[in-house]
Amino acid sequence: MNHLLQQELIDVAYLVAVSLFVLALKWLSSPATARHGVLAGEIGAVLAVTATLCDYQIIEYKWIIVALVVGAIVGVPLGLVPMTAVPQRTALSHACGALAAALIGIAEYYVRVPHLTKFDMVEIAAEVIIGSLTFTGSLIAAGKLQEILPQRPITYRGQNFVSLSVLAAALLIALWLLFHPGASKLFPLMVGVSLVFGVLLVTPIGGADMPTVISLLNSYAGLSAALLGFVLNNKVLVVAGALDGSSGFILSVIMCKAMNRSFTNVMFGAFGQVQVSTAAAKEERTVHSATAEEAAAILAAANAVVIVPGYGMAVAQAQHKVRELFDALTKKGIDVKFGIHPVAGRMPGHMNVLLAEADVPYDRLFDMDTINPEFPQTDVALVIGANDVTNPAAKTDQGSPIYGMPILEVDKARTVMVIKRSLNPGFAGIDNPLYYEDKTLMLFGDAKGFVGDIVRELTGGGH
Amino acid sequence: MTFDLINCLYVFVLAGFIGFEVIRRVSPLLHTPLMSLTNALDAIVVVAAIIIAGRHDSTLSTVLGAVAIAAAFSNMVGGFLITDRMLRMFKLSRSKKP
Repeated sequence: MNHLLQQELIDVAYLVAVSLFVLALKWLSSPATARHGVLAGEIGAVLAVTATLCDYQIIEYKWIIVALVVGAIVGVPLGLVPMTAVPQRTALSHACGALAAALIGIAEYYVRVPHLTKFDMVEIAAEVIIGSLTFTGSLIAAGKLQEILPQRPITYRGQNFVSLSVLAAALLIALWLLFHPGASKLFPLMVGVSLVFGVLLVTPIGGADMPTVISLLNSYAGLSAALLGFVLNNKVLVVAGALDGSSGFILSVIMCKAMNRSFTNVMFGAFGQVQVSTAAAKEERTVHSATAEEAAAILAAANAVVIVPGYGMAVAQAQHKVRELFDALTKKGIDVKFGIHPVAGRMPGHMNVLLAEADVPYDRLFDMDTINPEFPQTDVALVIGANDVTNPAAKTDQGSPIYGMPILEVDKARTVMVIKRSLNPGFAGIDNPLYYEDKTLMLFGDAKGFVGDIVRELTGGGH
Repeated sequence: MTFDLINCLYVFVLAGFIGFEVIRRVSPLLHTPLMSLTNALDAIVVVAAIIIAGRHDSTLSTVLGAVAIAAAFSNMVGGFLITDRMLRMFKLSRSKKP
């Protein structure tokens, strides 16, 4: 077969593959068709990889096969992690994607270096800088999510200045390379500085901001793949990168809106620094606490219950006990719904996946805009491991750092129950006035244990 | 060369618009599987890595290409696998007859 015809056939295979990729995302619009989407994506990927393996440019298959086998051996366990580990796995996969894109860009630079045009150099530099910083940034994010690194923001004076100087250095080297593409000794320096910038970019960001950061890194990983498509003039990479990039971008916008914050504020604001001043003005306030027995009695007398899960439920691995509670209440004829804030947990959709894993049917999971009008008709709002997303200060207290953030309006329910380990303020260090309201009952304890106790009261008390 | 650039920009911009319209419609329920699926699709950079590693321009490019294949392919395999596992868990409530 002549080379031109072969190249055309490969291009046709790529075209079919990208069409399948778009269909894959389209079918993800509803849980009913979503699995077809995965199948479409798989067929597209297999088609594109098979077509590429037939390319006449390939003269040596040994290392390709070894690398594919290694990739599969690493990939399968990463596809089988427990659902609680999905946020860190996602961050790790952003890192792998960005690493691959950066390495290919670096290889391309050294292959082409004597005859690089300015256009090539701009594309390669942009691609390698974004790929490298996404690689280290995602590794740091994964470390924080796995709690190898502290989740709190790590900050110091002049941090933004240092970080931005490092970025400026990478851009200056890129600019120098643009006019002297042959200065190949500077190229590794540019890569190194970009890697450092990735670390500096994510280190100051706290755990509560991870949903936004993961989405943003997703967007960067997509952008680096698309830029690689520009470098290699490969349209399948451009399309896949653009799809991934727009997906990450849309998710970051949703996350930012759900926290009423801007991108720059998330990246450079170091949210979650301890508020020292507000603590001093606090006076002694009383809280009402209740036992599992009392909580069970109140729940059993309710008609409508809304459960609001948060990161605390994930930490305590309480989702299966929560499902048992859901079953016990549903059996008594009580209407149980789940209200899920967009930034609950550590990544977009985190709570939905955990609850689906525990067999909670997805038609019982409601997003913020749907559930908020229902709280006034709700007898009991049960908050499990969520804090800031239920804080009424976001609507009333202009001085609060979370003022303006849309919240789940649990304070409109007739009774609010909050399962919490102690009265310590949440991650962001912001006091929650909800806990001191008369209608609020604090259920102090570990989420898993406490929900288990309530379930025992509910099911055991029937005889 | 600039012709290629314009070409790619066309594709990029149009794909971006399609991505925006399609992904806007994805239910918030499925935002986690969305992210793992787009990651798996993004791992298509493996095709570029295969060419680099197989073309055998230099030892350096072969090594970088091979590492890139492993990184991207692990993403592809793992991404599709976990997305499917997650989606299998999303069930409607069974209409239980008492």
